[in-house]
Amino acid sequence: MNTATTANGHPAPHGAGHYGGVLRWLTTTNHKDIGTMYLTFSLLMFFVGGSMILAVRAELFSPGLQLMQPEFFNQLVGVHALVMIFAALMPAATGFANWMLPLMIGAPDMALPRLNNWGFWLLPPAALLLTLPFFLALFGIGDGALATGWTFYAPLSVQGGMGVDFAILAVHIFGISSIMGSINVIVTIFNMRAPGMTLMKMPLFAWGWLITAFLLLATLPVLAGAVTMLLTDRHFGTQFFDAAGGGDPILFQHLFWFFGHPEVYILLLPVWGLMPHVLATFSRKPAYGYKAQVYSFIAIGVLSLVVWAHHFFTAGLPVPALIYFMFSTMAISIPLAVLFFCWIATMWKGAMTFETPMLFAVGFIVLFGIAGLTGLILADVAADAQYHHSYFVVAHFHYALFTGGIMGVMTGVYYWLPKWTGHMYSEKLGKLHFWLTVFSFNLTFMPQFFLGLAGMPRRIPDYALQFAEFNAISSVGAMILGVSQLLFAWNIWSCIRGGEKAEARVWEGADGLEWELPSPPPHHSWETQPVIK
Amino acid sequence: MESSALHSRAVGSSRVSACLRRTSSRALAASLLLPGAAAAEYKFNFPEPVTPIARETLHIHNEFMLIITILFVVVFAIMIYSMIKHRKSVGHAPSQFSGPSSAMQWFWALIPFAILLFIDFVLMGIPAVQAIISMEDTKTRADMVLKVTGMQWKWQYEYPEAGIKFISTMSTPRAQIANAEAKGEHYLLEVDKPVVLPVGKKVRILLTSTDVIHTWWVPQFGVKRDAIPGFLRETWVLIEKPGIYRGQCAELCGKDHGFMPVVVHAVPEPEYLAWVEQQKAEAVATAGSADRAWSSEELIAEGKAVYDKVCVACHQDQGQGVPPVFPALAGSKIVAGPLLDMNGRIIPDSHVDRVVNGKAGTAMQAFRETLSDVELAAVITYERNSFGNKVGDMIQPAQIKALRQEAK
Repeated sequence: MNTATTANGHPAPHGAGHYGGVLRWLTTTNHKDIGTMYLTFSLLMFFVGGSMILAVRAELFSPGLQLMQPEFFNQLVGVHALVMIFAALMPAATGFANWMLPLMIGAPDMALPRLNNWGFWLLPPAALLLTLPFFLALFGIGDGALATGWTFYAPLSVQGGMGVDFAILAVHIFGISSIMGSINVIVTIFNMRAPGMTLMKMPLFAWGWLITAFLLLATLPVLAGAVTMLLTDRHFGTQFFDAAGGGDPILFQHLFWFFGHPEVYILLLPVWGLMPHVLATFSRKPAYGYKAQVYSFIAIGVLSLVVWAHHFFTAGLPVPALIYFMFSTMAISIPLAVLFFCWIATMWKGAMTFETPMLFAVGFIVLFGIAGLTGLILADVAADAQYHHSYFVVAHFHYALFTGGIMGVMTGVYYWLPKWTGHMYSEKLGKLHFWLTVFSFNLTFMPQFFLGLAGMPRRIPDYALQFAEFNAISSVGAMILGVSQLLFAWNIWSCIRGGEKAEARVWEGADGLEWELPSPPPHHSWETQPVIK
Repeated sequence: MESSALHSRAVGSSRVSACLRRTSSRALAASLLLPGAAAAEYKFNFPEPVTPIARETLHIHNEFMLIITILFVVVFAIMIYSMIKHRKSVGHAPSQFSGPSSAMQWFWALIPFAILLFIDFVLMGIPAVQAIISMEDTKTRADMVLKVTGMQWKWQYEYPEAGIKFISTMSTPRAQIANAEAKGEHYLLEVDKPVVLPVGKKVRILLTSTDVIHTWWVPQFGVKRDAIPGFLRETWVLIEKPGIYRGQCAELCGKDHGFMPVVVHAVPEPEYLAWVEQQKAEAVATAGSADRAWSSEELIAEGKAVYDKVCVACHQDQGQGVPPVFPALAGSKIVAGPLLDMNGRIIPDSHVDRVVNGKAGTAMQAFRETLSDVELAAVITYERNSFGNKVGDMIQPAQIKALRQEAK
């Protein structure tokens, strides 16, 4: 074995130096290596999930079936969602946590490095399981991937082919990986903060992730239970979701959305944690309302656990349940408005410059605002009867998860990329990427609000002629949106390869421990913990 | 060319309005900001409401769109003002505040939340609770009941008081979907047999399903409710204006989810009553015909009609199916197997068993509830003697009727 030693003479405990090549990445326990792998995997799967939906949008460009049959269409729609949620967005957030949490809280690494390695290496097999049925079907094995939408609603999923089993097992593995990541984040934050960094002095990004980690621990086991019950209904004769055996299909929806609603906040909280850092940096001013933001994170986390049934208002819930779930959902608007208030107040009377991360942050606030406001009216049970299961909802949650989730991740990538690579990315390409993304995103999803209002249901492979114009516009937007993301990948790639040297404090207004380390930081950082006064 | 000219004359008025709508699509962005103005045209908004619930829903929607538009504009006007004034490039020196510091600042920081609380729980909340209560009040002064059963991929409608029951399937030809023919005006939103309802009557709608969850939705009724297998759900409509109203299944229910339209003919009551009488007379005629002996040709002809309506979506027009999910009937061992046992009873897992009792855990449902004796006998006979299958035997409607009585 290689006997690499660190500067202070101790043998290198883990990471670089043991192996080269592929083995280094397979065996690494270094938080930076693992963070890089999470982020790379996420970017790759972002393109996989994106290509699936571009095929769908191509089919929806005009009425009639052009490119594919409805069975395949349904598979693409459902697997697109699962890939984007479990394989693109969640790993991106975990990648951020791995790279940045130790740097930001002054810890030498994540608390549980081996668990960390395993947490990542579970992802590729899970993604493979999820998508394998597509390829097996090419060889005449099975009938393709999960075709029930990402929601697995029973009894459609009981009836479905083996793609459902593959997806259930994939979700299990994704879930185990996320739970391990969450445990690691919680243990790291509680035990490895620099001396003097009390919880209420901790960076907001760490707070956002801490709440996310608790939500994952609270809800993923419920999802695992639900899909396991589905698996036994499918193969072992149980009837949890079959009325003929005393079961209830709506029970599945309760269990699924007990996970599914907090999942939205699981995807958003790390981004909300990141926003004040970016806004403060480029406004050259401290983040406004630190405590208010922390309490809002906690409030949103708790509330998100008790509002799940608004995802199936049309299923025929009793009146008291409808009223309760409506009002509890509306209540989320209060802590969320606190966050918006703090974001804008952070910008207020600053000295702003608009580098790419700041552009993405501002774009995030405006477009995510549309998601929040339409979410408020979706909470209204009476109006929801019209919006539900329609393209209005599709538009709403893409404003939440594309602008709230993905554009938030892009904000973080541009913000931290110079720190990670030691090089500046191309501002010109970054800005072009931003404007193309915002323009084409709105071109894609704004028409979908109107499609929903006009009565177009979601998840249909073909539509009535009255919906043709808006669908064509939406498809054109989607193609531009998809192609624009190549700029993002190219910008990252060239930034890794070289470019203007980045300084330790990459941005003029940046504040925090991570900016006190050189860019890129050494393989092992904060071996002597900094002391916070 | 000629036919399209005729067509455009026939639907001239709707073309004009389509033109108007297209013009307005240029004002795409503006319309979100002006929901009230857009409401008049119903391209950027819900279609024209024809029930009290739909009117209420449209009203709520317009009011909320106005509120959230104002919130959006005010909040982001402040932000954009700040982005213009508080830039480094205009030489703005950054302040260093990080929270409200005086009682006055606290007051101004809390005002927006007081407004939001008022909007949420008073302005929006109180009308919403009233709307929920009226939406869910399906029983008070209901004039009639309509039972809607969703099944892959068609709707069955039943009028329990009148004893009428029929299946309604999409009538758009598959060739139009495959782009082999020009698409009709009501492409994908047309059925062979629409459900007929009287105007001005409160109709209590009971919903259920035989297989997976479906959702019955007619946008102009403002009503959307899931049809859940093994359970009854309910809703109601009171249609105020005669007309033809179109909707679709709104819950992903498998392969042909997009091809499961709902068409409602709302007619004045006398017309409705006449329709009911006509349906009853037809039902009596059909029931009577189960007792007579049918010829093989008659059964095959009737069976083809049933097959094309009920079976073709899965088993396909040449009986080739979509293996492995939807098995082929052409060359099927089950179809070629014996019809009934020596005592005239159903053989487990035989052709008759599959059609009458279905197969649990698959899309193959039990058709004993949805097809008549004649239809069952006809479609079984048709399948045994088509797609290259040459079993050569047939089953009489009377035999099916006997099997039914035995099962009881």
